[in-house]
Amino acid sequence: MKHWKKVATPTFAIIAFLAFWEFIVWFNHWPNYKMASPSDLIPAYAKYWNLFLIYGWQTLWRTVVGLIVAVIFGTLIGMVMGFSRTMRDALYPLLVGFNAIPKATVVPVIALIFIGQHDFNTILIAFMISFFPISVAVSIGLSTLEPEYRDILRSLGASKWTIFWKIALPKTLPEFFGALKVSVTLAFIGTNLMEIVEPHGRGLGHLFDSGKINADYPLMFAVLIALAFLGIVLYYIVVALEKIFAGWAERPQG
Amino acid sequence: MTNLIDIKGVTHAYKTENGPLPVLENLNISVPEGDFCAVVGPSGCGKSTLTRLIAGLIKPDEGEVWLHGERVTSPRSTVGMAFQNPVLLEWRTILDNVLLPLEIVPNSMSKRQKQDRARDLLALVGLDGFEDKRPSELSGGMRQRASLCRSIVHKPDVLIMDEPFGALDAFTREDLWQTMHRLRAEEPFTGVLITHDLRESVYLADEVIVLSGRPATTQHVENVKLSGRTDLEVIYTQEATDILHRLRHQIEVAQGRAEVVAQ
Repeated sequence: MKHWKKVATPTFAIIAFLAFWEFIVWFNHWPNYKMASPSDLIPAYAKYWNLFLIYGWQTLWRTVVGLIVAVIFGTLIGMVMGFSRTMRDALYPLLVGFNAIPKATVVPVIALIFIGQHDFNTILIAFMISFFPISVAVSIGLSTLEPEYRDILRSLGASKWTIFWKIALPKTLPEFFGALKVSVTLAFIGTNLMEIVEPHGRGLGHLFDSGKINADYPLMFAVLIALAFLGIVLYYIVVALEKIFAGWAERPQG
Repeated sequence: MTNLIDIKGVTHAYKTENGPLPVLENLNISVPEGDFCAVVGPSGCGKSTLTRLIAGLIKPDEGEVWLHGERVTSPRSTVGMAFQNPVLLEWRTILDNVLLPLEIVPNSMSKRQKQDRARDLLALVGLDGFEDKRPSELSGGMRQRASLCRSIVHKPDVLIMDEPFGALDAFTREDLWQTMHRLRAEEPFTGVLITHDLRESVYLADEVIVLSGRPATTQHVENVKLSGRTDLEVIYTQEATDILHRLRHQIEVAQGRAEVVAQ
């Protein structure tokens, strides 16, 4: 019953959303160049399904690689800031400033610096846009560790590394996964920024672009929905990982 | 009998932005092996600093701390600690929480032996059947029981407790006092108990040390040897009441609210 409900509730919400969308378009008599309806998307998927697979995969793997780099780099920066007050004071303004720069403006710069290296460029933007929440979460998790936790292990003669491995790291995991959920969607935005702003014939962003050039409006909407779908899939992968590694943080409701 | 804990002329100050803040001044405490020593004193008089000094987590500015005839200069695995906050690791089961010190302190126990040891202790404090629960599923008193098991699982010589029962309600606290007596009967350790509760100190300790206000020094040592100790009724005897009165007076002196009177 519970498992059944867990899948049924979001599925019902999605169906309700699609029905509402279909209704709005039908009710207002909008032509599909103004707003395509869900029923317009099916022919688009049927016609270009192989392109969706190829480009979807390109977008997906580059997003995931960018995200992995963001996790590694973000965690390292977060650790440095979490353990050292001086480093925190030094790095925070830099990070905030860097994060405040609209990444759309960075895309042409990056594209010019690493000209022709399309995969690298795309991964770089996906990484740059998504590491910030992770480093903030890790640094907060580590710097708010209650001193008693450290004392319990230190009084037994544990090394700094042991304290980090046995206490600081697991204790930070809930915050880390919270940030990772935000970063997942950000990384998709990064990948598509590169694919759309600096066209290089790869990824779903490129498919969106060709839809625009050919005035194929249902295709453009179909790409957006495909992106949303990939985002949801990746999000739930993160949720599954969270359940495995930080499931203890979830309290029974009641 | 030799002294297990010897604190000799310890002076310690914290560095603050407004210069050093002295918390302990020429403090002398000796605890014989196997004894239980309670330390009471006004709030903020440096009692917690004392626990960190004995545990070797900080070094005194002046003076020496000796454990077992060895000078303490760094943390030692022969010490167990328990705090007001049970600081259990939420991602571990109760059993794995109790096992934590055995993962760090070098020992020759097999995995099986470690588990048996932890299970025995949990049973001793009345937590059998809760081994596989998470800390969040336990009440405050039960968490503190688990925390006590963790602090002695590696058979430390010295158990240092910093207001371990301070956050519990009165009845749970009395339960835990009795648990403490049960543990002492089974496990040989020398105890230092920091507390605000005079009744607690009289019921549990062999001697009660009253610290003066900050910077703290030993103001008064009260020997408490109540007969028929483990029965809670002992707190309501005339003998205990007299001791409580004397301690109460000493606290008021420490707070600067009363003059010392000749006894």
